[in-house]
Amino acid sequence: MRRDRTVAVIGTAFVALAAGGPWLPQWAMFIATVAFARGLVALGLVLLLRAGLISFGQALFYCLGAYTAGALGRFYGVSDIFIEMLVGGAVAALVAFIIGFLLARYRGIFFGLLSLALSMILYGLLVKTEALGSTDGFNIAPSTLFGVRPPPEWVRYSVLVSAAAVAAAAALIVHRYLQTPLGRLAPAIKDNEIRVEYMGASARKAVHVKYVIAGALAGVGGALAATAVGHIDPDMAYWTTSGEFIFITILAGTGSVVAPFVGALIYGSIHTLAYGLSPNTWQMSLGLALLVLIVFLPEGLWSLATRHARRT
Amino acid sequence: MDQIPSVIVDGVMYSAWLFMAALGLTLIYGVMKIVNVTHGSFYAIGAYAAASLTAAYLARGFPPMLSYAVLVVAAIVVAAPFAIAIERVILRFMYARDEVVILLATYALFLILEDVIKLIWGVNPYFIAEPYALLGSFQVADMAYPTYNLLLVAAALVFGGGLAWLLHSTRAGKLLVAVIHDPEVSRAMGVNVGRYYLATFLLGSLLAALAGAFTAPTVSVVPGLGVDVIVLSFAVVVIGGLGSLPGAALGAVIVGIVRSLSVHYMPQLELFVIYFVMAAVLAVRPRGLFSLAEPRKI
Repeated sequence: MRRDRTVAVIGTAFVALAAGGPWLPQWAMFIATVAFARGLVALGLVLLLRAGLISFGQALFYCLGAYTAGALGRFYGVSDIFIEMLVGGAVAALVAFIIGFLLARYRGIFFGLLSLALSMILYGLLVKTEALGSTDGFNIAPSTLFGVRPPPEWVRYSVLVSAAAVAAAAALIVHRYLQTPLGRLAPAIKDNEIRVEYMGASARKAVHVKYVIAGALAGVGGALAATAVGHIDPDMAYWTTSGEFIFITILAGTGSVVAPFVGALIYGSIHTLAYGLSPNTWQMSLGLALLVLIVFLPEGLWSLATRHARRT
Repeated sequence: MDQIPSVIVDGVMYSAWLFMAALGLTLIYGVMKIVNVTHGSFYAIGAYAAASLTAAYLARGFPPMLSYAVLVVAAIVVAAPFAIAIERVILRFMYARDEVVILLATYALFLILEDVIKLIWGVNPYFIAEPYALLGSFQVADMAYPTYNLLLVAAALVFGGGLAWLLHSTRAGKLLVAVIHDPEVSRAMGVNVGRYYLATFLLGSLLAALAGAFTAPTVSVVPGLGVDVIVLSFAVVVIGGLGSLPGAALGAVIVGIVRSLSVHYMPQLELFVIYFVMAAVLAVRPRGLFSLAEPRKI
């Protein structure tokens, strides 16, 4: 068996980012922070995808996390980034736990469509809720850390390091989870659910647990995106947002817990670059990339790295 | 209480529009088992083609009464090459893959088509009011409604009835039903299944384009037009039962009436109720209200 270097990779990447961060330009810090937020959501989708499930409604939890963070700031005056992420994740996890009883019974296309319907319900509610700014959403105050407000030129950096810390922790927890019996059940559920039941395990329970973890991760990601961008609106729950997350997940592949963050960073870079070069064709480049991936590289970009490692 | 006539009239008109918009989606799923995200793109292509070509037609001073024919022809002529190219070049190599993978492929195609539309027609809105204004309006219980909307209802009935007739009373339709139930046996019996898939995808996409064309005079045609239609058609089709023709009609009527009720009595819940009904139906009967009996496989 190959030695598992995931923990070392995550640790090194975090230290490198924290040390080198101050020299990054502000825009790069912003792209990296948003990539961490999206990567967290994609990490949850990886968990589900390993069990053969695609959620077309992960934006539900992303948006819930963001609005929870926003509501904390707007109604309770809380602007601490860690509290926002914690509460955002907790609210999303609670909602995922409740609707998980329903969703865990579904597979394939019906799982996707039902999760889509649920996220559109939230969108429909937010669009018409004037107290939360309807379609315009509202702005969020700059974040503080443990009650300290960093000087303006250091806000981006401190948010980035907080994001990296949370992302690293999440990646490590999910990595650990994948090695537990419940985590290892995922490919079995994908391959043959009846055999899983014969082995004495409950596929429904396993899916439910995965769904709650994925929901919590998306909630944390949403809260992070909210404080990083400084603005939230109902489009965060729209189906195209879920589509972006699926894109990142497919781009990265399910091979490693690091992959979703790399995928999110690549997505963010393509998006920024393509949008800057030609604002009317950036979606086309994304669509072409996705099509090429589906046809030629169904296991995602990460499979390139592992294929190379196996050969050497 | 005095709102009830307008609730019904609004509901019927919206249902007719929904049914047109969702018809092609349910046809393609019913035959090919593809949840087709490009449906929204074809809707937008139809709307743009109709709006731009009809505007050009009217600008030359030709008789405005014929502009309805121009709407239809423009949508068909422009959308057909797109549909054929997508099915022949990409989709036909994916039929063996998982349903969800094909869905992702159509999502990728949707992203591409969104920009193709912007490249062809630009980002400025198109308006054609003539076909809409030409027919005047009619009165129901002191409320004026555009007569054009009656045309939409008639078109929806013609499309639905025509498709039902095609499926159940023609040789090609009966063969198509055989293909739906068992593509392999059909192939063994000498049916050219690939051709039926192409025809289905073409027909389904053209229905979406026509729905867009008929809607074009009532709205301003702007980028992102198809994005909303996709989820809305999904809701209609899922409520009725994916792949079922009467199901799409029932889904359209339910969503149409529910939305109309909500708009008149609780406008803040307009979008919520549509997707709430969708989720509720999925929760109770995942295969929809009019679920087809699954053909038994040995």
